[in-house]
Amino acid sequence: MKAFRADLHIHTVLSPCGSLEMSPEQIIQSAKEKDLDIIGIADHNSTRQSRLIKEIGKQNDVFVLCGAEVNTKEEVHCLAFFETDEQLDEFQDYLDQHLPYIQNKPELFGDQVWVDAEGNILGEEDRLLIVGLDQSIDEVADKVEALNGIFIPAHVDRPRYSVSSQLGFISPDLKVSALEVSRIANLKEVLERYSWIKNYPVLTNSDAHVPEDIGAGYSTFLLEAPGFNEIKKALHNEDGRKIISISLKF
Amino acid sequence: MKVCDLVEKLNLKVFCGEQGINNEVVGAYTSDLLSDVMGNVDEGQVWITLQTHRNIMAIASLKEVAAIILVKGYKPEKAAIEQSNEEGIPILGTDMETFEASGTLFQLLNG
Repeated sequence: MKAFRADLHIHTVLSPCGSLEMSPEQIIQSAKEKDLDIIGIADHNSTRQSRLIKEIGKQNDVFVLCGAEVNTKEEVHCLAFFETDEQLDEFQDYLDQHLPYIQNKPELFGDQVWVDAEGNILGEEDRLLIVGLDQSIDEVADKVEALNGIFIPAHVDRPRYSVSSQLGFISPDLKVSALEVSRIANLKEVLERYSWIKNYPVLTNSDAHVPEDIGAGYSTFLLEAPGFNEIKKALHNEDGRKIISISLKF
Repeated sequence: MKVCDLVEKLNLKVFCGEQGINNEVVGAYTSDLLSDVMGNVDEGQVWITLQTHRNIMAIASLKEVAAIILVKGYKPEKAAIEQSNEEGIPILGTDMETFEASGTLFQLLNG
């Protein structure tokens, strides 16, 4: 088994708040520069840019988890990742079905385009992606589980769009794979404040919206080799796979 | 004033937790961020919110609120109903929006 460096929370050009520099090619190049072995693509409420990045990642020895950063009805942000194209497609259908129609105003919120490998625009999302779905966090977690996915409530220590700010804590029945703390977190203080975090595996990521931030937060996994089920096992601490460390400063 | 008086005067729906219908009401608090409610709602207050998640009951129970009022015709989720019935903290409902529900209740409690 070997250690692999993973940053599982990266936005692309498709997120309204994502820089237009966050093209698939650029993301993989930055991941290589930062010695990342594994990255997760998590645009707000959309998986549409992730698959191409996985393809480009394959040619460059970067393993890519495809998914989205879902915004639930309670406005809790959660990362969701899937193994197969079929599962990803089904989750995209679910997102399309449950995203309320509020038209994006690019001048206010930013552009929402997805691009090809050369950076040419393939499509534009008309609906504002950052709004909450009409689905509760429990419903989203159930959907992710039904598709054998990975479900990680994001930046749980933050005062906005987090499970702690919106819902106070995690209900013990909620099916989560792990929790993400933000890369600026002081873990000791966070654990004192939110003791329920101790009940879950904890990782950190960059939540990068610009290329420079890719890898600014990362977690190190002990795995046989990068792969969806290997990562899933590590989150569940199974068969010797585990999270060895997270890159917090405090 | 008791929870049952509010139900009658504001024409509220009682979803669950009827055992607590005679809870004494000392005031009210309006907020949808559960982290904020945890820090600021006081024992015996009625809590006005649009959140329907089961966690509202955990916080209601922790803070010993008199009752929860859901606005805009929202209904509590199943797990919240179960816990409300166990704890005897009623979840009530109204079609009013938060502004109107809070204003009406303010007048009633301070009138």
